[in-house]
Amino acid sequence: MKIPYYPGCTLKSTAKHFENSAIESAKALGIEFVELPKWNCCGVVTPLAEDDIMHHVAPVRNLIRVLEMNKSGAVNDEKRLLTLCSMCFNTLKRSTLRIKEKVDDLDVLNDFMYKEEDYDGSVEVVHFLEILRENGFDEIKKQVKKSLENLKIAPYYGCMLLRPKDIGIDDAERPTIFNDLLTSLSAEPIEWRAKNKCCGSFLTLDNKEIVSRLGYDILTNAQKSGADLIVTSCPLCAFNLDNRQKIIKQKHPEFEEIPVLYFTQLMAIAFDLDKEVMGLDGNYINPVPLLESKGIL
Amino acid sequence: MPKTIVLDKKSVDFLKKITDLSGETITLCDQCGTCSGGCPVVEDMDITPSQLMRMVLIGDQTVMQTKTMWLCATCNTCTVRCPRMLDVSKVAEALRQVTLRQSINKVKIDEISKEDLSELPQIALVAAFRKLTS
Ligand code: SF4
Ligand code: SF4
Repeated sequence: MKIPYYPGCTLKSTAKHFENSAIESAKALGIEFVELPKWNCCGVVTPLAEDDIMHHVAPVRNLIRVLEMNKSGAVNDEKRLLTLCSMCFNTLKRSTLRIKEKVDDLDVLNDFMYKEEDYDGSVEVVHFLEILRENGFDEIKKQVKKSLENLKIAPYYGCMLLRPKDIGIDDAERPTIFNDLLTSLSAEPIEWRAKNKCCGSFLTLDNKEIVSRLGYDILTNAQKSGADLIVTSCPLCAFNLDNRQKIIKQKHPEFEEIPVLYFTQLMAIAFDLDKEVMGLDGNYINPVPLLESKGIL
Repeated sequence: MPKTIVLDKKSVDFLKKITDLSGETITLCDQCGTCSGGCPVVEDMDITPSQLMRMVLIGDQTVMQTKTMWLCATCNTCTVRCPRMLDVSKVAEALRQVTLRQSINKVKIDEISKEDLSELPQIALVAAFRKLTS
């Protein structure tokens, strides 16, 4: 299966290990990501003001690339656009919904992008987790070469995969998709309160204190619920929960660091792919000692 | 005895402006407080999300001087829980836009430290600039 793939800015820099591990794990399952030619930043956050049509231009430009790929034969009748970053997923998908709800906006956008082919509203934005679910978690089970049996994992959903409800890939309050993935990887997902609590998002720029307080609550809730590590699908959550442990440790010296991994890194580990693909040197808190102590690495 | 609140023209205009910008029928808010109860940053706010809704509803423009709209992280926890199907994050965005559209920035880009610029992922920077600068 070949599917158009939108990486977004962060997956080409601080979250390169997210991209690498996703591409290679997908390959093991027979799913090929075909990167959009000439993609642009989606804007990260969806414009919420009613009259703000302009900020839908960036997402829609990327959707036009998907139509072009279908025309050129880069993909075969595949109008779904695959995303990995939760924020890109949310922003791109919300633009597709805005156009569906307000058809007149599409005319405005097409008039504005007069150099582009018209967008027809036919592209669907999906997250990799949805493709994994569709592909069947049993297929994942078949690829597991390294057991993660002893690993207790807190699946962190955050906000952008679940909310608002019309874009969510799962139940907004009681999601299970990550749990299903972890179970199929032979790991043990834990049940915990903070799984869909906000990490503070972009407040990390001008309100580090708030973000580290939220992070402390989320991380210690995971630990008290028995987790050895946390998985996420969002590079901003990853930064706030992983890198911000530096500030958390300064404030709470008794706090014990906990690794935060992308779910695709865990797939790469369970599929026994190359060390380079796992990219475990890309995480702020080093997960290697934990994984070694569990006999996984 | 039912009491009647009479809004002056300025207040009515303000409510209309925020209603139009947010697309939310703010007058539907019944002040149940569900939004405030689940908001992850409520303790850092000077007024709660439901107070913000109430101030806009009565056209109280002093809401523009409060911190709450700048602290809303658009997490949409309140959005999925509001029994009136209202979206506080859109009202917060409308209030931010009133300020930002006068070219008044909440974050000064040239004051961001080199350390922050080098360690923050792009999505943190772009998202913050989109929400907090004009
Ligand atoms: S949850 Fe909805 S109805 Fe209740 S106070 Fe908040 S905005 Fe108003
Ligand atoms: S969207 Fe804003 S107001 Fe609503 S719960 Fe999240 S941070 Fe609070």
